[in-house]
Amino acid sequence: MTDRRARTVILILLAAGILVLAAAPFIGMTAISPEALFQGGGKEREIFWRIRVPRVLTAWIAGAGLAGAGMAFQALFRNPLATPFTLGVASGAALGAAVAIRGGFSIFLMGVSGVSLSAFAGAVLSVLLVYGLSRIRAPLTTETLLLAGVAVNFFFSSLNLFTQYLSDFTHTFRIIRWLMGGLEVMDFGAVFQMLPFVGAGIALIAWKWREMDLLSAGEELAASRGVSVAETRKTIFFGSSLVVGGVVAVCGPIGFVGIMAPHICRLLVGPEHSRLVPAAILFGGSFLTICDTLARTVIAPAEIPVGVITALLGGPFFLALLLGKKPL
Amino acid sequence: MTPVLNVESLSLSLGGKEILNDVSFQVPEGIHLCVVGPNGAGKTSLLKCLMRIHTRWTGSVRIMGLPVSSMTQKELARKVGYVPQAGERSFPFTASHFLLMSRYPNLSPFSPPSERDRQAVREAFALTGTTEFAERDMRTLSGGERQKVFLAAVLAQGAGILLLDEPATFLDPFHEEKVLAILESLRRRSGITIISVTHDINHAVLFADRVLALGGGEIVFQGSPAEFMTEDTLQGIFRRDFTLVPHPVTGQPVAVPSVPVP
Repeated sequence: MTDRRARTVILILLAAGILVLAAAPFIGMTAISPEALFQGGGKEREIFWRIRVPRVLTAWIAGAGLAGAGMAFQALFRNPLATPFTLGVASGAALGAAVAIRGGFSIFLMGVSGVSLSAFAGAVLSVLLVYGLSRIRAPLTTETLLLAGVAVNFFFSSLNLFTQYLSDFTHTFRIIRWLMGGLEVMDFGAVFQMLPFVGAGIALIAWKWREMDLLSAGEELAASRGVSVAETRKTIFFGSSLVVGGVVAVCGPIGFVGIMAPHICRLLVGPEHSRLVPAAILFGGSFLTICDTLARTVIAPAEIPVGVITALLGGPFFLALLLGKKPL
Repeated sequence: MTPVLNVESLSLSLGGKEILNDVSFQVPEGIHLCVVGPNGAGKTSLLKCLMRIHTRWTGSVRIMGLPVSSMTQKELARKVGYVPQAGERSFPFTASHFLLMSRYPNLSPFSPPSERDRQAVREAFALTGTTEFAERDMRTLSGGERQKVFLAAVLAQGAGILLLDEPATFLDPFHEEKVLAILESLRRRSGITIISVTHDINHAVLFADRVLALGGGEIVFQGSPAEFMTEDTLQGIFRRDFTLVPHPVTGQPVAVPSVPVP
């Protein structure tokens, strides 16, 4: 991959990102014409600003965050199958959400729903648990972190199943629906709730771009080049956890973006994180926004859960790129 | 003169097993020290302790008088470079990106590589004769080519002390000679200190200034190549008999392969 080609691809992704952000709010159950925005007091204008724009922003931020976190975990664990949810953050959040749905927490705190708050608490709990477990036997190795995360993931998933088992049909349906992920936000509250976590987490991850290059070549090699491996691992773990906790609390565990967007970007711009970080963020954001636009238009007025669309649309796209690539 | 490297009672246990026990030695600047010893003697572990890949050792290591415990990993990597044993260690970067990555201890997190960094990379390629591999994916290089690129990368890193784990073991005779010649010329020209682990006794004698032998995690021999190359010393270290003959050119004793006993 030449520098020039990679730079071109990133510029195209940037342009596509702007285009998607600008165009997506006009598309929906009923298309809104740009002129409608300039007519004072119109219903369409209201829908555009109050519903569509927040939703599109939420989708973009969530997609960018999940792709960035997935990329960071894949570099940290040197494992192409790592996802933002590998360490159990999503299962913790899901358990939190399930308990809130089962318990009927319908409170709103400063515009944030009880389910979302409870999901976030679950995410925080799982992060602390994984981190605490992996510290019992210091020094923290990546294998311990990974295995502790996977164990916590299964543990919370089982508790989630148990919660569903104890719930009636309505609650179970809502829990399962939550697990599919969705972007049914109704106002800017979701954006404001998510943005600080995703922003801070992505900043922590992006700060470590050189370290991620070296870590993906091997921990011992990274250490011999001067990377403080333990500190980098902690930064990436907490950065990704912030992102994933923030996103999942609002949107549920939307699948596919976090694992495949980084791979698609590796095929597009190469493995160097100086290009991969911007590419994954831009691609993830636009990709999830496009998927969500489809999710709310294809069978309008009903909606398909966006977690269904991501893999349906992204899977073939990834396979086409993968199989079209010149073999090494 | 302060030695460039001063190791005092270095000990390491991994998983309850004692790997290194009370290892102490000094390395003067600009020499080539060969570390030898049977399998499992702790040779690789010693290098990994010095590079702080293993972090939980006890004792003291000083580089040019400074204790490494007071250095960040980045500061350490400016002074010490490491080439691991050849093996499955490929990754999808091009050789030139790998060399630029190896400039890490000299780079700040936010500024792009400077002309000085690019110059260091070009020089490292040139010194090791690997310029032709610059744009090749590391995964497409042969074992010998990759070894030379790893050597180039550690040179690009710019450290004055090189820790090399069996730098020539997997190379054919041609590339083996090339790599050893590169190391020798570096040491002469730039005063780089080399600590290499090897299983090749003759290589230890012909290329090293000093030999250090480990056995069961302890130092069992330290001295000049001439002192090392006696039948008794070798027998003591490796628990087998060696036949030594004078080298036809230099006259130094070298070990000849043993003949199978009928």
